[in-house]
Amino acid sequence: MTGDGFAASQTAAAAGEHGLSRSPQTRRPLVAQAPSASARPTKAARRVRLEGLDAYYGDNHALRGLDLEFEPNKVTAIIGPSGCGKSTMIRCINRMHEEIPGARAEGKVCLDQVDVYDPSVNVVAVRRAIGMVFQKPNPFPTMSIFDNVASGIRLSGASRADLRDRVERALRGAGLWDEVKDRLAEPGIGLSGGQQQRLCIARTMAVDPEVLLMDEPCSALDPIATLKVEELLADLKQRVTVVLVTHNMQQAARVADSTAFLLDGELVEVGATDEMFTQPKDSRTEDYVTGKFG
Amino acid sequence: MEAHVATPGGAPSIFEGAPGARAADRVFRSVLTALALGILALIVFFFVFLVVKANPALSRFGIFGFTFNNDWDVSRSTYGAWPLLVGTLITSGIALIIGVPVAIATALYINELCPRRLRGPLTVLVELLAAVPSVVYGLWGFLVLVPKLKGAQQSLADTFGFLPFVGGHVAGPSYFIAGLILAIMILPIVSAISREVMSTVPADHKEAALALGATRWEMIRTAVLPYSRSGVVGGAMLGLGRAIGETIAVTLVVGNAPQIGKSLFDQGYTLAAVIVNEFGEAATDRLHTGALIAAGLVLFVLTLLVNAAARALVSRAERRQRATGGAVPAGAAAAARVGA
Repeated sequence: MTGDGFAASQTAAAAGEHGLSRSPQTRRPLVAQAPSASARPTKAARRVRLEGLDAYYGDNHALRGLDLEFEPNKVTAIIGPSGCGKSTMIRCINRMHEEIPGARAEGKVCLDQVDVYDPSVNVVAVRRAIGMVFQKPNPFPTMSIFDNVASGIRLSGASRADLRDRVERALRGAGLWDEVKDRLAEPGIGLSGGQQQRLCIARTMAVDPEVLLMDEPCSALDPIATLKVEELLADLKQRVTVVLVTHNMQQAARVADSTAFLLDGELVEVGATDEMFTQPKDSRTEDYVTGKFG
Repeated sequence: MEAHVATPGGAPSIFEGAPGARAADRVFRSVLTALALGILALIVFFFVFLVVKANPALSRFGIFGFTFNNDWDVSRSTYGAWPLLVGTLITSGIALIIGVPVAIATALYINELCPRRLRGPLTVLVELLAAVPSVVYGLWGFLVLVPKLKGAQQSLADTFGFLPFVGGHVAGPSYFIAGLILAIMILPIVSAISREVMSTVPADHKEAALALGATRWEMIRTAVLPYSRSGVVGGAMLGLGRAIGETIAVTLVVGNAPQIGKSLFDQGYTLAAVIVNEFGEAATDRLHTGALIAAGLVLFVLTLLVNAAARALVSRAERRQRATGGAVPAGAAAAARVGA
């Protein structure tokens, strides 16, 4: 399967030739996996490490030398006031940042041992391994519910035989199956906002990413829809590393294992979520989490 | 709103506007109404005029006889517009088949692939194609394309001779050359509308595709093309309208033989070409003039049908979008308006 091309052997990665290319045959998975009962091997979540990450929009220096690590199978929340670089940071992780005209990033973003900015790395493979859910639900408007979820699978060139199963599994994984199973052929944009966002989560998870980036996924949703997405996160982190940008501190407190606080493109503090909210080390963090600014 | 509102002390109420402003309003309204009605009257008059002047031919051959009779012979005073109608459809069909893919590709390149600095100059260059007078296209086609492409056409005809309407002798001027010229002529408008429509594809959708691991082409296929399809179809229909009505360039390269050519590379005639060629000699012959005007009427109805079809296509796409609660692609709406 083409998407598995990401899996690289550690020795190969150490030798500087790694598996973000799309030639999967000879690659062995980075993390040893038990043979799975399903036909498809499930992938392991990966550790993401930012090393000296700088990001620019033209001359605007948006991120300044960020060092940060995201644990596998954990939810890490990124908080901070508007314009502090939260979104920029996660868009750097799957290299979506560079899609903006004039934008560029410097430094390293390592997925386990592999730097996704290495010149030999295939950007398409990076984005297949690192899924992303956006602020506004963005299902493809011309596609049915089924086709929306299938779109990513079809892109990866996977066999069509188990397409239906994979779509069903992805929709179940997003807690949407029971709500849509009788109307899979209807347009995705006919769903409510919260359902649309879970559809987008299903679409992203359907391609079996190893990391899931969420850019304020609930900011356009009502409280009940928000709750459903938050409940999902507990399941999702069993399968992937979750990086969640949020401007809602209660949300971070509810769902995140650890939390990082960004200010003006710099990392102020990172730590376990309870500590960040109860006994922050930095006075700026304390001011922010207690609502003195932001 | 003319009633006076009583106010204490007899001062004018604020509810009474200045009378002068009201008068100006009324004048403005009636002038615009008159202008709008004038345009409507013009179209009706135009249609009636065509029907009356075409009457000698239409009453002699009948509407169906005139339109579908495969015989146009001035010397025998027999006028059947079928070969002309077919010629018009063939040449515009070729124009669409060649022109639309190139136009869409151009639009995609300018919008999605080319470096941003080249975007402006390229757009201007493509639109400059529309600024070339059509007679110049015709001359270029006649003096350059016809002699230069004769060999290529012949080898095409020989190689693919097993296909219907392809093999056989290649005339110099032909349906194919006319279609090729028309393809170049409709390229700017189809490409401009496609570009406009494609630029309305929300960045959200494109990012969604890219973030799923789509390559640029896959992103175009998943996000850009489906979203802009109805608008692009509308643009193609506008191009078709232009190709059907194009006169002078086609006249110069189509060969002007009033029978249906045996192959794509054979000579033919079109409705517009016959009118411009024969109008001078027909001045004293009421039947001939009537036949030419009837040909114009057929052309008029044909373009009307094409435009109606384009509008129907676009508005059906809009209804479908609305029914599903989605936003109407702005480009489709724009194309519908331009197409009106």
